[in-house]
Parts: sequence; structure tokens; C-alpha cells
Amino acid sequence: MSLTLYCHHCRGKRPLSDFVYGEIPKVPDSLTDPVERDLDRGFMHDNVEGVVVERWFCHGGCHRWITVRRDTRNDTVLSPET
Amino acid sequence: MNEYVERKVTFTWSEPRSSYDVVIVGGGGHGLATAYYLATRHGITNVAVLERGYIGGGNSGRNTTVIRSNYGIPEAVRFYQRSVELYEGLEEETDRFLMHDKKGLLWLAHTEMGARAERARAEVNTAFGAKTEYVEPAQIKEICPQIDLTGNGKWPVVGASYHSGGATARHDRVVWALAEGAMNRGVHVHQRTTVTGLVKDGERVVGVATDRGTIGAGTVLSATGGWVTRLAEMAGLRLPIRSHPLQAFVTNHYELQFPSLLSSGDLLFYVSQTARGEMLMGAELDPQPSYSTRAGHPFIQSCAQRAITLLPFLRDLRVLRQWTGICDMSPDYSPIMGTTGVDGFLVTTGWGTWGFKAIPAGGEQMAELIATDETPELIAPFSLDRFARDRTLADRGSSGTH
Repeated sequence: MSLTLYCHHCRGKRPLSDFVYGEIPKVPDSLTDPVERDLDRGFMHDNVEGVVVERWFCHGGCHRWITVRRDTRNDTVLSPET
Repeated sequence: MNEYVERKVTFTWSEPRSSYDVVIVGGGGHGLATAYYLATRHGITNVAVLERGYIGGGNSGRNTTVIRSNYGIPEAVRFYQRSVELYEGLEEETDRFLMHDKKGLLWLAHTEMGARAERARAEVNTAFGAKTEYVEPAQIKEICPQIDLTGNGKWPVVGASYHSGGATARHDRVVWALAEGAMNRGVHVHQRTTVTGLVKDGERVVGVATDRGTIGAGTVLSATGGWVTRLAEMAGLRLPIRSHPLQAFVTNHYELQFPSLLSSGDLLFYVSQTARGEMLMGAELDPQPSYSTRAGHPFIQSCAQRAITLLPFLRDLRVLRQWTGICDMSPDYSPIMGTTGVDGFLVTTGWGTWGFKAIPAGGEQMAELIATDETPELIAPFSLDRFARDRTLADRGSSGTH
């Protein structure tokens, strides 16, 4: 099995190799020091084992971004449905 | 050889105590090696290794067993060279046959730029103790007669660095030998024990919560690869780790001998022959951060296509098995070892695609850190705070895929 994503802009179900990954960086609010926030944004990851919301760039198609909900435990795409 | 094969490993299982001096979370290569070296080098045996599945069943059983030290930066060359040397003596030390096979590694260059990089690699390796030399195409053909030096007309081989220390070993034998060695000296290994949380006393970590009850600990070491992120979160720690799947596959039996490990940084694949004669291939990471160990067809297709470019004989073979490991990738492609700033909580993570080769050195150095409470000089550069100190160890070109 391999991942396929559905691009709702150009209406195509495409293999993952047509997309480029884009993380939505989430710096915790508990960090207040600007230097620490920069460090967190630059390097740190939530690395969630579960449902994540992420962005993918439709590089093989329309060159626009889509938002995807995916379960990282089994690589099931929850939305948009393919 | 047969006497080694026939003698089975003997594990001594025991019931968990209520507390240990050291609790190691994760019964893979790194966790067990740390326990092994704590017991053998420092006489610390009140140690427990907690494994949620079975030992060596995670990424220690999902890699491509490459051992090498031809890295591109001094810190890494020194560290991995230590590991290569420990591996060479590990069979004798543990008195177990680990199928350690020193075959040499060719790292190909297809462009003038690549050739310069390989020359530089040979220089930095030689300077810091690893055995690597630059070789010309004629020598490459001698080492690996199967190679098509024209790269099917598209990827001409202009040179390579030849790392004579390159080797492979049998992954589960390594894990079992370390586990057996540690258990024989009194270390407890608990399988099917999932760590669900950390127990804290104020700011200090003093134990772990597991599905078999709470276990107290003087020191907790996380050797769980990318799964460390959740544990670290409980200690109030953010880590620069993202888990990506990495796939590999083997073909059916190839009758002739394929003598060396072969790797191409430009084409992003590597090939070796297993002890059974199967051709083993791997390539780059999957792009999505994930913990899914599903394997897929697109990977086989693209990897095989690239491999056949240089090794046309592969087209006659068939794919037998494929598997996927989960790589805990660090931003600079170097491991993260040592203290975390949280008392009583240590990590060894960021082992990405280069964990197997580092098992003995990683274990030895972490054991020394735990025993002496001082970070050994060899792993000091790999500390977690290097990102805050702007002292990252970027070495993507050397650790890319295996």
C-alpha cells in the first residue's frame, strides 16, 4: 500500500510523489522567550503518533497547497477523502 | 563456524523489581548495548531494560545492517570508527557468531563535484582513523565486476571512495548476544512491558510508569528511537526528532558473489548481498512523517530502476520481501546522545538511518555516561543542546540512507 492524496484544487487523486510535504509548525504557548521560540520553530517537532493536520504542495499538478488530516500510526488519510 | 551456530543463546528472564539503579526504555540494539556495557565495563547490574514488544523487534529488526565509519565530519568519523572497531571484536567478546562480514564499501561519484566530495571524504576519514581511499573507475571495476561504469549512459561512474572497514552483521544475532551477555550478568530484560509515563519527584525523573506497575529508577534512559518524543514530553522536553519510514527489500538468490557494499549518493540507493545470497537494496526516506511500517510498490519500482542503472544484472532477479523501519530523523542527520537538562532522564535518539552501525559505540558511551555521570568526550558533540548552541553537526551527505 502506498499513500495517495486527493487535490481538491485540480481534482485529482495522485501518488504521494506528486506532493511536497509542509509541516504546520506549532510552537507551544508556554514558550515565551523569543529566542526559545525561534529555536523551537526551527528545530523541534511534535512528532505525533496519531492524527495530524498537515499541508501538502501539489507539485505534480496545480502548484497549490492542500490541507490533509492523516493518521501517522497507519498512514490513513482521513480528509480529504481519496 | 558450526559450533557457534549450534549453540543457542540462553536468556534468563525474571520478574520486575520495584526499582532499579538504571531503567532503560527500549530493548533494541542501543538499549541492550547500554545495559551490556554497564554490566561488563562498569559492574552496574541493577539495571532493567523495558521492551514493549520483543527484543530487537523494532528498528533493530528493520534495517539493512550496514556497519561503516566513512562519515564526512571529524566528530562522526571518530564515533563511528569506535563502533566499527567494537563490532570487529564483538564476536570474540560475546563468544557468539554474529555473521560479521567485512566486505568493504564503494561510495560512487557520478560527477566532478561528487568526485571532489569523495576525495574529501577519504581525506577526513584517513585523518580520523577510518580506512577510506579514493579509487578510480578501473579499480572500481576490479572490486565490483558487475558494475556498468557508464551508468546506462546517464550516470557515468567517475570515481568512488572505497571504505575497507565497511561490513555487515546479522541484526538479531547482535541483539541476542548483547541481551544474553547483559542478562548473564544480572541485568533484567522485561519484554511486553510498555512504558506509559515518567514518574517525577519535583523536577527529577525518578522512575517509569508501565502497564505492569511503577518501577523506580536512579536514571532513566530512553532508547526508543522516535517514540522518545512522547516520553520527553512528559519530562517537559521538546525534541528535534521527526519519524519517517524507510523501506528496503531483498531479491531472490543471486548465484554469483557480489563482493562489496555499493552505494550511490546521487542516485540515492545502496546494494549489498546478504549471507543467503539475496541482493538487498534500500533507498531514501518516505517523505511523510509517519510511524506506519507499511511497505509499498512505488518504492520498489523507483529503487529498482535506479539500482539497475548501475547494476544491470539485477533486472533478472525477483523481489522476495520488503520491510519498513521507522527512522528518528534529527535536523542535522547526526544522533542525539546524552543528558537532557532534566535530572535523571537521558536520551539516545536521532538514530535515523544510521542506528545499527552505532550500536556498540552508542551503548558503550551511554554506559560510561551513566556510570561516571560525565559525558564522554567522544559523544559530547552529539548533545541535545547543540541546536541551542548553534553547534549542529550537519552531515547529510554521509548518512543519507544507510
